[in-house]
Amino acid sequence: MATLHPKLSEERSQTVVSSTKSVKLKIKRSNPNVNSEERFDDYVVPIEKWTTVLDALLDVKSHLDHSVGIRYSCRQASCGSCGMKINGKPALACFTKISELDSDTITVEPMDNFPVVRDLVVGFERMINNHKKVMPYVIRDDSEIDPESGMREFLQSPENVEKYIQFSSCIKCGLCNSACPTMAMDKSFVGPQALAQAYRYIADDRDKGKNKRLKIIDESHGIWRCHFAGSCSQVCPKGVDPAMGIQLLRGYLLGIRD
Amino acid sequence: MMVLRESIIMKIHYGTAIGALFLTIVHILMRLTQDFHESLAYENVIANYESVGYALLLELLLILISVHGFNGLRVILLEMNQGPTYEKAVTIGCLAAMAGLIAYGSRTIIMTSMGMT
Repeated sequence: MATLHPKLSEERSQTVVSSTKSVKLKIKRSNPNVNSEERFDDYVVPIEKWTTVLDALLDVKSHLDHSVGIRYSCRQASCGSCGMKINGKPALACFTKISELDSDTITVEPMDNFPVVRDLVVGFERMINNHKKVMPYVIRDDSEIDPESGMREFLQSPENVEKYIQFSSCIKCGLCNSACPTMAMDKSFVGPQALAQAYRYIADDRDKGKNKRLKIIDESHGIWRCHFAGSCSQVCPKGVDPAMGIQLLRGYLLGIRD
Repeated sequence: MMVLRESIIMKIHYGTAIGALFLTIVHILMRLTQDFHESLAYENVIANYESVGYALLLELLLILISVHGFNGLRVILLEMNQGPTYEKAVTIGCLAAMAGLIAYGSRTIIMTSMGMT
């Protein structure tokens, strides 16, 4: 059990008064800015059927230990802030119910393949830089602003939308990059998140930046370093399939797709 | 450093794999033209080398496997470590080793096919 502030230790968790169940939450603690020490602190928190890992962490923060470092925002799997390793698998804390983990002990750790800022908070610089690198926006010479008629739309058929729509669900949570074995080995690898986004815009028929993006990802630490482990697709909380996007992108580079 | 784009290198990588697989199948099937042990007898092996067609098959197989194998090694080494100097050394090293192996293997094939055993 972690050493607690005397006043904090006197407080009781008040999340759900009716709760009869509880779980042990093992939280990995570290602060690389201070020292290289890493440890697990244990906290017992009450749970209900609907309690998520984020709820439990916030319970710890509110009533047991204010110093636990976590990042969160929307609590509904939309912002992508609360990615972490839960019982060894990358997942969103707000999207993971404790009752579904089927375990009395829940281990939470920061995501792999990201530098730890503190406790469960990781730095996203590498992922955001790679995301920016693939130019995640529609590239065209013309504009939606028409000098004669004012505004105009770039129309798309439902079939064309279908080609990329799942990839536009990416919330940049970083779980795919965390699960990727190549990311663990190759510090220069562009990563499944950025590659999936490259595909999202290349497959968009309004976009004219295909050749530019293909050139960016066609380098020694680009798309070809993917081993198709498929773990990126398994952990995505939004149903995006980066592994498939990568294979489809390879089709463009091999000349078997237009 | 790389003159070729990675997609071109990977096309060569996949092409050499398919080519090597096909030629290896032909090479193994040739053992079936006679009794397996007999086909591996010294005189028969030398006779294979002395046949121009078979010597060409072996030479092609050597090139395909060397190109594929050393590019595979380059990919593995690039994943294990990064950095401009390291990557340049890996690329040059793999190219040199590939050229060396092809040269040494070709020497064996040419000398044997010319009867210099």
